[in-house]
Amino acid sequence: MEFSTIYKVYEQASFSAAIALFSCKILMFMKASVKELEDLCLQVRRDIVRMVHAVNSGHPGGSLGCTEYMVALYFNIMNHKSTSFDMDGINQDVFVLSNGHISPVFYSVLARSGYFDIAELASFRKLNSRLQGHPTTHEHLPGVRIASGSLGQGMSVAIGAALAKKMNNDASLVYSLHGDGELQEGQIWEAALFASANKVDNLICTVDYNGQQIDGSTEKVLSLGNITQKFEAFGWLVLELQEGNNITQVIAGLEKAKAMTGKGKPVMIIMHTEMGYGVDFMMGSHKWHGVAPNNEQLADALKQLPETLGDY
Amino acid sequence: MSLYPVINQKDTRSGFGAGLLELGKNNPNVVALCADLTGSLKMDAFAKEFPERFIQVGIAEANMMGVAAGLTIGGKIPFTGTFANFSTGRVYDQIRQSIAYSGKNVKICASHAGLTLGEDGATHQILEDIGLMKMLPGMVVINPCDYNQTKAATIAIAAHQGPVYLRFGRPVVPNFIPENQKFEIGKALKLMEGHDVSIFATGHLVWQALLAHNILKEKGISAEIINIHTIKPFDRNAVLSSVKKTGCAVSAEEHQINGGLGDSIAQTLSQNYPTPLEFVGVNDTFGESGTPEQLMIKYGLTSTNIVKAALNVIARKK
Repeated sequence: MEFSTIYKVYEQASFSAAIALFSCKILMFMKASVKELEDLCLQVRRDIVRMVHAVNSGHPGGSLGCTEYMVALYFNIMNHKSTSFDMDGINQDVFVLSNGHISPVFYSVLARSGYFDIAELASFRKLNSRLQGHPTTHEHLPGVRIASGSLGQGMSVAIGAALAKKMNNDASLVYSLHGDGELQEGQIWEAALFASANKVDNLICTVDYNGQQIDGSTEKVLSLGNITQKFEAFGWLVLELQEGNNITQVIAGLEKAKAMTGKGKPVMIIMHTEMGYGVDFMMGSHKWHGVAPNNEQLADALKQLPETLGDY
Repeated sequence: MSLYPVINQKDTRSGFGAGLLELGKNNPNVVALCADLTGSLKMDAFAKEFPERFIQVGIAEANMMGVAAGLTIGGKIPFTGTFANFSTGRVYDQIRQSIAYSGKNVKICASHAGLTLGEDGATHQILEDIGLMKMLPGMVVINPCDYNQTKAATIAIAAHQGPVYLRFGRPVVPNFIPENQKFEIGKALKLMEGHDVSIFATGHLVWQALLAHNILKEKGISAEIINIHTIKPFDRNAVLSSVKKTGCAVSAEEHQINGGLGDSIAQTLSQNYPTPLEFVGVNDTFGESGTPEQLMIKYGLTSTNIVKAALNVIARKK
């Protein structure tokens, strides 16, 4: 992101949007402080609820639950170029979102890390938008490298991207995020088997373990059993991250996972989160998986999420 | 048939294997993936020569399609190999989202298409794959007719940016396309000039169409034979300019009539130049076990059927 871009935003959009971009710019130069990351999380959460409210559709629950992970990844953990996006991502870390329905958090974090103008968040799910209901490369939105939405496909894609890095002697890593309900898809287990058999050890997958899916708890819908043991049995190094909504803990967990790469095995983080985290009435319930707040609920949510970096 | 004498007898899948090996030598970005059918797909030479660029995925085709899509993110050109059934119907959603909608540069290479797979029976004889794949926006669909054309097509698709479905088969069949003929995606190939009827054929049925040409010639009928190796993008101009001359047409394919080459021809004709058209293909039924020859006769996919369709369609001309 260039300063000229920020100035253009100042001229064309708003002072607060320019400030938001400027603060992102600073964050890109140096590792953000915990306070700055927490401010980002608040702002991203505001974006999420405002985006789904504006079109009365979308998936706030999982988006809110994965906010710390996404902010940690894009503002602390990954080495990536937000201002000169290219599909191949050579010598950059690459992220694959497999549970594409949490597009609101993905779009917010991409915009706030400089992939595109935050003003574009207002186009989410609208006609002629690059911010489709589920992420796609089809509309050429910078930051998106694969379409996702139909579940269970992203782990295979992440493995392919990781293999390409190995072939290219590119030491960067590939990250992917998956829903826990998504583990019910068979392709996940084909991919899990493949990754360990082929020693894909430049890959860090994370499961958003919130225990909820559309029809209820994962326990009720189709119990996942002990997924740590399952992935270990599949030959993965598994890391349990207990506080997936604590930015410090998430960064520590991701750093630990990074240290586990390069050891001949793929790495899996089982990240305990709370669906709807940050908005009290959305927390811990599958009911907010794919439902937008009404006007009153939006006001209530925004009261709990003070504006920190400027709304889009 | 002086223009196209039989060079030798070879299977189209071996043409794929030879093309892939050549690509491996000339293009370091070409990688190959196979789902436990390396020998059947004739990918063993590539696997042996370029082990670091060959990925054995096991019997897990959905994962293979996803891994292939991911490999493109690092600039690779992945060629997936398995039977046509497992290359399409089994993994349709993976192809649709991770490859077609994502615009990934994956080459889906499918052997043992159609009835000529033979004795394994209907579970493996996919006759719906062309339809499935041509419906996907942006997908190129190619069904070459012999060894030489399959080899040339394999090489040509590596230079095309975007997803491609390449369909070929199991049996040994006449190889008659000249070895060095350039393969142009989307450009139909006129094999025989004629003025009484246009016969548009794809895949193994192209040879049957050439045999039909000779039988028709003995009956005093001049048939134009056009090899539609690319079903999509469809060469509308080749179809239209031929039928404007002949006034009637026959489609011939080793595929369901529903959703196949004939459908594409019918669309083109009804929109632009309504013309009598007869279809040679499988008529809304599954296949069964048998030798390829027996099956092609039973399901009406021989030169005899093409001749009959040609006579019928000529009779329908006003």
